[in-house]
Amino acid sequence: MEYLIGIQGPDYVLVAADNVAASSIIQMKHDYDKMFKLSEKILLLCVGEAGDTVQFAEYIQKNVQLYKMRNGYELSPSAAANFTRKNLADYLRSRTPYHVNLLLAGHDESDGPGLFYMDYMASLAKAPFAAHGYGAFLTLSILDRYYRPDLSRDEAVELLRKCVEELNNKYRMVLVVLIRTQPGHQVGMFQTKVQKHAGLQRFGSDPVHQVE
Amino acid sequence: VGTDGSCRWMSATRVDLPFTSSQVVPLPFPMAHGTTTLAFMFQGGVLAAADTRSSCSGLVACPASQKILPIHSHLVGTTSGTSADCALWKRILSRELRLYQLRYGRRLSTRGAAKLLSHMLHPFKGTELCVAATLCGWDGGDFSGPSLFYVCSDGTRLEGSLFSVGSGSPYAYSILDQGVRWGLTVEEATSIAREAVYRATHRDAYSGNFVDVYHVTSKGWTRRTREDLKEEYYREKEKRRLERERRDTLHPANTENVTIQRALMQPI
Repeated sequence: MEYLIGIQGPDYVLVAADNVAASSIIQMKHDYDKMFKLSEKILLLCVGEAGDTVQFAEYIQKNVQLYKMRNGYELSPSAAANFTRKNLADYLRSRTPYHVNLLLAGHDESDGPGLFYMDYMASLAKAPFAAHGYGAFLTLSILDRYYRPDLSRDEAVELLRKCVEELNNKYRMVLVVLIRTQPGHQVGMFQTKVQKHAGLQRFGSDPVHQVE
Repeated sequence: VGTDGSCRWMSATRVDLPFTSSQVVPLPFPMAHGTTTLAFMFQGGVLAAADTRSSCSGLVACPASQKILPIHSHLVGTTSGTSADCALWKRILSRELRLYQLRYGRRLSTRGAAKLLSHMLHPFKGTELCVAATLCGWDGGDFSGPSLFYVCSDGTRLEGSLFSVGSGSPYAYSILDQGVRWGLTVEEATSIAREAVYRATHRDAYSGNFVDVYHVTSKGWTRRTREDLKEEYYREKEKRRLERERRDTLHPANTENVTIQRALMQPI
């Protein structure tokens, strides 16, 4: 099952997504990237129904880039989030609604870092931390307990590691029933990206993020 | 089969036309799809293999169909899902790729072909159209090399180095996951592809008859002669029998052990 998580700090947003692309019981890919770069400062994470995710995310991505080309300046994260939500809402009561759950993470010069939670019903909420998927049931309380608005980057990574550890611990049993992964191969290797004022910084595959 | 959501292998007898038509057209016979197709990349290019059984909810409609369709000289596609849909959309894709080549003077990459096919199928999402294809190609130009994409009518588009699609795909995956490496020779790769299809056809009722193997290299695609898997079954049965005899003569065991061994070996 797909999982997204985001944690906002004083000057960064840390986001992570699992790397598995599954088709019913088969994991077709173990290195699938669910993050879409909307601009140098905005990242969109997208999970949901098979084709809808990529179609919708790429549509938003191209439109955000088009805005920059037309107007000479980029959309702010808040504006991009509202644009995304409006599109979800417009398609919601059409014949072809998009069944996608999103996290949008961005860093604005004036407003600072922002994490926006959106779901397939076209709801939008700016949140200090958020998660999507069945894994959210297990990790939101960890985030509730340990989150502080002034977390340092290392502390945020440590918080993420706690969440991933819990997923390996508890979720694997549920995973075996739902997706029948091999024992020892849990949610998958996480990719994390940190949105900072200077742009994106990507974590490598250090042991914190390898979950085997 | 192997996709969820819009593909059901026992379709209803009604089909909804896309766009604004409100009429329903009854299908003349119940359509079903079952197959084993696989494709993987290795140092020698891309290898694609598939069985040849076209099933129609329990009836073998055609034991010798073609499930790997060449699209152009350096691109083949494996097909799974509804045979008619696959054949049609492969031809449409060939046409569009040829037009691209004529307009722009170069072949579209496999990635581009996958994206094109995916976007052409998107308006039909939610209808009964079912196409699950892997595009296996060799790209020229700046990023030359083998390329493999999985495209499904539910919108999935994945790049990878190993895919298997169809009702027999889990059986094929387990054989392939054991043996596929980048450093395989062409003979080894062909052998493992054949074996994977053979094992899948053995277990899956909707796969069987023959196996086709296509190999795509920088010089284009080549096709191996179609092989009857029935011969393979009897060859293996004979081999096992000889092995068993040899083992019995070398280590004569009591009859009880032999019976248990025979019972365990029963499937083959």
